[in-house]
Order: sequence, then C-alpha cells, then structure tokens
Amino acid sequence: MLTPESEEELAEAIAGARGPLRVVGGGTRPIGKPVQGEVLSVAGLSGITLYEPGALTIVAKAGTPLAEVEAALAAEGQMLPFEPMDHRKLLGTTGEPTIGGVVAANVSGPRRVQAGACRDSLIGVRFVDGGGHVVKNGGRVMKNVTGYDLVKLMSGAMGTLGVLSEVSFKVLPRPAAAAALLIEGLSPDRAVAAMAAALRSPFEVSGAAHVPEGMAGDPVTMIRIEGFESSVAYRAARLQEVLEPFGQSTVERRASEGGEGVTDGWRWVRDVEGFAGKPGDVWRLSVKPGDAPEIASRAGAEGVLFDWGGGLVWLLVAEGTDLRARLGDFRGHATLVRASEETRARLDVFQPEPAPLKALAEGLRAQFDPRGILNPGLMG
Amino acid sequence: MEMPAPNQGVLSKRSRIIARLEEVLPKDAVISDVMETRAYECDALTAYKCPPLCAVLPSSTEEVSAILKICHAEGVPVVPRGSGTSLAGGALPTADSVILGVARLNEVLETDYDNRFIRVQTGRTNLSVTGAVEADGFFYAPDPSSQLACAIAGNIAMNSGGAHCLKYGVTTNNLLGVTMVQMDGTVVEIGGAHMDAGGYDWLGLICGSEGQLGVVTEATLRILPKPEGARPVLIGYDSNEVAGECVSDIIKAGVLPVAIEFMDRPCIRATEAFAKAGYPDCEALLIVEVEGSPAEIDEQLGLIRQIAQKHNPVEFREAEDADQAARIWLGRKSAFGAMGQINDYMCLDGTIPVSSLPHVLKRIGEMSKEFGLDVANVFHAGDGNMHPLILFDANKPGDLETCEAFGAEILKLCVEVGGCLTGEHGVGIEKRDLMHVQFAAVDLEAQMRVKDVFDPAWLLNPAKVFPLDASEARRARAEAA
Ligand SMILES: Cc1cc2nc3c(=O)[nH]c(=O)nc-3n(C[C@H](O)[C@H](O)[C@H](O)COP(=O)(O)OP(=O)(O)OC[C@H]3O[C@@H](n4cnc5c(N)ncnc54)[C@H](O)[C@@H]3O)c2cc1C
Repeated sequence: MLTPESEEELAEAIAGARGPLRVVGGGTRPIGKPVQGEVLSVAGLSGITLYEPGALTIVAKAGTPLAEVEAALAAEGQMLPFEPMDHRKLLGTTGEPTIGGVVAANVSGPRRVQAGACRDSLIGVRFVDGGGHVVKNGGRVMKNVTGYDLVKLMSGAMGTLGVLSEVSFKVLPRPAAAAALLIEGLSPDRAVAAMAAALRSPFEVSGAAHVPEGMAGDPVTMIRIEGFESSVAYRAARLQEVLEPFGQSTVERRASEGGEGVTDGWRWVRDVEGFAGKPGDVWRLSVKPGDAPEIASRAGAEGVLFDWGGGLVWLLVAEGTDLRARLGDFRGHATLVRASEETRARLDVFQPEPAPLKALAEGLRAQFDPRGILNPGLMG
Repeated sequence: MEMPAPNQGVLSKRSRIIARLEEVLPKDAVISDVMETRAYECDALTAYKCPPLCAVLPSSTEEVSAILKICHAEGVPVVPRGSGTSLAGGALPTADSVILGVARLNEVLETDYDNRFIRVQTGRTNLSVTGAVEADGFFYAPDPSSQLACAIAGNIAMNSGGAHCLKYGVTTNNLLGVTMVQMDGTVVEIGGAHMDAGGYDWLGLICGSEGQLGVVTEATLRILPKPEGARPVLIGYDSNEVAGECVSDIIKAGVLPVAIEFMDRPCIRATEAFAKAGYPDCEALLIVEVEGSPAEIDEQLGLIRQIAQKHNPVEFREAEDADQAARIWLGRKSAFGAMGQINDYMCLDGTIPVSSLPHVLKRIGEMSKEFGLDVANVFHAGDGNMHPLILFDANKPGDLETCEAFGAEILKLCVEVGGCLTGEHGVGIEKRDLMHVQFAAVDLEAQMRVKDVFDPAWLLNPAKVFPLDASEARRARAEAA
C-alpha cells in the first residue's frame, strides 16, 4: 500500500508505479468496477489549507476527513451547499469519508435540487495525472473561466483521470431555520406531481423526496424549506396552500440548531438508510422527474426512494438483477451502486455511453493516464 | 496581437471549399462576397479584425454536421459564432477560416415547467429564452449585461455570468444538456432533462471551452420560478476598504443577496454625468439586491442596514417603490455606456478573492498614475469578479498599446493575489498570451490534451485560448497532416 503524505510524495508514487493502482480516500465508497492493483491511499494528504468565511471559500487537501471540513464550516455558520451523502450505512463500509472522495464520486444530497451538485460548488482542483505530473485547474475564486474547466471533469471521474491532491469549494451560509412539509399516502405519480408543484413555486424548496414506504410503513412525501426563521414560516404556510390539492400536509419545524427532527428525516433520505442492511443490489437512476414513477414501476423493485423531486430514484432489487435489461430504453442513466464484486464485474456499473462519447472517454484516459494505471477499468 | 500565418493551401482552394459548402446549404446560407464577409470580421473586441474565407449560416444540426464534414475533409479551420458580442476576441476569424454562425438556429424546441427546463437551439438570444417562459412565471438565471444580443451558443462557449450569479450560478450551473457536432461531423447528445449527465462531466468540459471542442446546436437549460419580488439598496462609503469589509460582513451574516455590485469614484462620477441617477459623490458605492416576499425582503434588508450602519456609510438608500429601485440600478446599468461616451475603453474581467479588494483597488490606482491612463472600477463584489475599465483614445498613436500593457499588469495582479485572468468573458485572443501567468506548462498541457481528444486536427477556433508558443508544436503537426 502506498501512503504518500504530501503532493510531491503522491506524484512520486504515481510516477514510480510499476503497475495498476487502486486509489482510495477513506475507502467508504467502493463504487465502480472492481479494480485490481496496489492500494494508493490519499488519506495522508490532510488538512484545511485556506478558509475565508467572508469570501465563502474553503480549500482542503484531498485526504481531509469530510467531518473536519464540515465542522470547520459549521463553526462559522456555513456549510457545503450540496449536502454530501454518507455511503457507509448503505454500503456497509467503515472508515472516514474524505473530501477528495466526495469530489471524485461527485456526491450530492437532497439539496442538489436547489444548490446544485458537488461539481457546482467545486471551484478548484490540484491533481496528479497518470504520468505523475501535478496539474492545477480553477482556483479559489468562484468566478473563473480561464482555460478549460478540468475542475468539473475531475468531479465524478472516480480517480481515473488523475488523483486529487487538493480541492476548493464555494460554500454557503447555514440556514438559521428549516421546515419540512409532510403529506401522507400519495402514490408515486401524485407524489411527483406534488413535488413538481412545490419546486415550481417561488418558495425556494431545498429538498423534495418521496418515500413509498416511510418509517411507519406508509408513503410519505417530504418538502423542505430553509432560511431565516420568519421566512421559513411564511413559505411553509404558502406551500401548504400550493399543496392543498394533494391532501392535508403537516409542517415539522426546526427553529434553530436545537430540534433535529427535520434534519434526521433528511439524513435518512440523503443516506438511503431505508436500504441499509437489507439484502439486494442498489441502483441509482438519474431521470427526468416526471418519468420517474413509470420507470420505477418497470423495475420490479423491493424498495424505491425518490429524491430530487423524482429526478433521483434509488432502487433495491434482487441480487444480480440486470436492471437495465429490465428497464429497457429510458432517458437518463443508471448506476449500480451496491452489488457483489461478481455482479459488478458482470454488469456495467455506469451507464454505457453512445459510441462517440465512449471514444472520447477512452481518448481522455489515454491522454491523462497513458499507462492505464489509475483505477483501470473502474469506469469502463 | 500576433496571429499565425494563414494556411496557404487552404487559401488557394477557396473557391472549391465554397462550392462544396454551397452543395449542402441553401444559396443564401453561404456568404462569400468579400464585402459581405466583413460583417463577420470581428466581435465586440473591435481592435482586431480579419475577414474570414467565408461565412455559413446553417438552419439545422444536420446542416452543421454537413459543413463540418466538408471543412474536416478539406482541413479548413472553423470559427463558431453566436451573436459576436465576445469581449475577448473569441469569435475573431482567421483569413483561412470558415465562420459558422448559428444565428438562424433560434427556435424554442420544448418547454416543460413541471420538470423546469427549456430546450432551445443555441442561436437564440439569452433574453429571449427568459422571454419565452416569463409569462408563465419562470426565468433563465444567467443574465450577462449583453443579454439582449448575445446567444446561448456564446454563453455556453464562454460560460457566461451576470449580475445575479452570486445566488444562481453561471451558465455551467444552469446547463442540463447539449446537442454538439464534433469537428468530423459526428453529432453527440449529452445530458438532457435529467439532473446529472452520466459518465465524465462532458457538459462541464464543453461549457467554457470557447468553441474549441465542438459546435453546440441545441441546449437544455434549467429554468427557475421567478421570485415574488426583489429590492435593491444603495450604500455609499468614503473608503474602498470599508466598503469591502461591509461586503464581507454581509456574506458572513448569512444573508445571500442575489447581487452585490460595487462602483468606485471615477465610475460613479462618469455615470452620474451620463445617467443622472442621483448617486452620492463618494469613494465606493454598493448596490445590494435581495429577493423574496415583501416581508422576507424587509427582514434581509433590516439585517443589511444594521451591518452597513456599523461601518458608517455616507449614504444608505432603500428603494421604496419600483421607480426608486430602477433609479438605484440606473447608474450601474449605464456604467459601460457612460464610459463609452467619454472615451474608448477596455473592459477587463479578472477575479480576485474578495478579501484582496482594497489592496487591488489601491494598486490599480497607483498603476493608473504610472501608465497615465484613467481607470474606473465597476464589478460584481460578492464574487470578486472585477471589471476595471481602462480609458484610452483609439485615435492617439500608442494609446491602445499602453492600455493593453496596463490591462496586462492588472490581470497579473489578480493572479498574484490568488485570483484569475477572466471571470466571465473568456480568454479568446485577448488573454491568450497571459495564460502563462496563471498556468504552468503542465497545466496548459493538460488542457491541450483535452483539445487533442475532441479535435485532433486543431481546426476548431484556431489560435485562441492557448499561448501560441504553447500550442505551436500541435498546430504545426496538425497542419502537416
Ligand atoms: C456590452 C457588453 C456587455 C457584456 N456583459 C457581459 C456580462 O455581464 N457577463 C458575461 O459573461 N459576458 C458579458 N459580455 C460578453 C459576451 O456577451 C459573452 O461572452 C457572450 O456569451 C457571447 O455570446 P455571443 O453569442 O455573442 O458569442 P460570440 O461572440 O459569437 O462567440 C463567443 C465564443 O463562443 C464561441 N461559439 C459561438 N457559437 C458557438 C457554438 N454554436 N458552438 C460552440 N462555440 C460557439 C465562439 O467561437 C467564441 O469563442 C458582454 C459583452 C458586451 C459587448
């Protein structure tokens, strides 16, 4: 196992590598095709290098624990806008999620509908390519169009084009208050319609999820709003009017940092806790929200969770199921997030791309990692 | 500004290239008359001009593909063009290039309010995208000041921003999908109505690639419900430092205004003389706008007032009604026009960390004396995107060169304090040779490798973005092939 402690050591390790490397941060998100290779851990590159609350920017080395970044932000009343999911419960992994891992997998949570994905908040990266060169792109300012945007390219590339050494983010003030509107008993169709009604209102919804089987077993639709206290109260009331056609809604409030009720429910959604510990494979679909109920109904799933107003669908299916074969053609993409190594080796983990994009992807890998040593085969 | 010598081989087969293009396009879509090609000789960076070999105006993705196949086969460079409002020379032709203008591709293809997107052809202007959904209570968020004229095509290529991007992000944060034609004519569909496109972040890579990776013909854009209302306040200070502190304090207090605009004294005076908005004559002026219901606006403005008062403003003016709101914005919106009245000007757009604001403004003031040219500052303070306007006289020999040298020094300063050369206008030819200031050779190499993958012959929008010395070997190899 290679354990560099600095960017230079990371570059040396990669330049000197004799064979394939399996890149890990905290090792909590083993997503992708199984990779054979020597483990390269980035956890040794740790620490916040710059934090300017007044400029809404933070820079951290890639191996910095996510918890450390979030704590530093919380101390100044700020947060990562995209509410990164914690995969540990769902995937049954242990260890400490790192900020680099969040970026590499472009991990976002319920607030994605309002604040964008991880890649939208990411404003700078430093990484080491497959040849051992240290490359920087973007920086620490939030508006930057200088040259090509490799920042976004690195987010979601799962360490196949370069190993991240440092990442910078634009952050947001932490909302003072939050509320969730809950409607019970909706079918997926009606739930997606209700969420669309909420999301197309001017009341700044920051979460819209539907749980066909909530903690008490019945369907629950959840709409979240966040902000200053009186504003949250106002918008909650207005949204209740908007949602009236869909039935009675109740409002759960979190006035200040105290009551965590609202937060707990959203963490459950964010981390797909409903599927944790249950047997079966877990798939993640990104689709047009309005298509979600129909597509989900084709899956024959044992568990379904709709987030992002329906745009994100989590499915729990029997082990080894070829979900894409079952779904047939659909607009969007499906990722196999949890399955045995055997299944992940047999099925495409990421949605197969049309030939021209596949050629571009292979072209990029050949350019950034000519020896094919960075997580080879992980993305296809 | 140096441009590579045109490819003589291409120039010598001009008539054949035109004839082949005329075979796949309607007659009025190929512009080859030398006088008429002049309409495409520059963009809004008018200091540089060069008529193209010819211009083509396709009306469909298929036509774009047919054009590119021919140009690819003939080894002809292609310069994609939207509305030609680039301030960086992004759409400047070379003598051996075909201008591919997408202005005729201007249809709305689909609007979907439940799923909150609009699909358009990319020749459509930015403002008319909002225009198409406004009556139904929606808008398209990125709002460059040029929005009446600029096209979505150029917005995507430059990853354009606007006054409201502090809250809503820039183009790349509002782009869900594209149809793009590669240089060899291959049509690719990326993303769509779903939220994150699969695989590598192709959209992120294409947005901001300045027309060098492919020609974008259609786009799926995120649209947002219009807020209930918006209201600006005007705050005047007698020092740039204090105004900078006020911005930082507002942000730290957890208020997220949709816009925080900053003007310095030279800019205030010039706009006052021109637009008579009634601005106070002070060192620094902030316009802060917040959104929401009337009560929400009151609450946020209350907080902003508290913060602003702590720093002893010389003026704190709230808009009581729509008319007063318009007056607060009037000066800011006419700033560029006002400058244009007094002088020729060059508009820079480097970004700096907000904390460096006072230092950078002070240095710009000093440099202004050294170079003997006046400069006015107006910019998006919330995100540190500066727009220093350097005033010069185009008719005075040497003034443009002095202005460019001054501009380069300002941009170097932006990089030095941790910022960048361009926050929203793009590199184009204007900042091409300054890229070495911000990037090491390996950083540029990594970007050029992306170009190698998408456009191995380096035919798309030549001689932009990368310093000529950095791209020389690749261009020579491509030309020899
Ligand atoms: C008065 C004024 C104010 C401005 N204010 C702002 C502002 O507030 N914010 C801001 O960000 N910008 C601003 N700009 C700059 C400019 O308007 C933007 O860069 C705009 O996005 C350019 O759009 P366009 O359609 O005019 O593109 P063009 O100038 O035609 O082209 C710009 C670039 O896009 C490429 N391109 C064009 N079409 C395509 C296509 N179909 N496929 C691939 N590449 C293509 C071109 O090759 C070129 O590199 C301003 C400009 C002016 C003149």
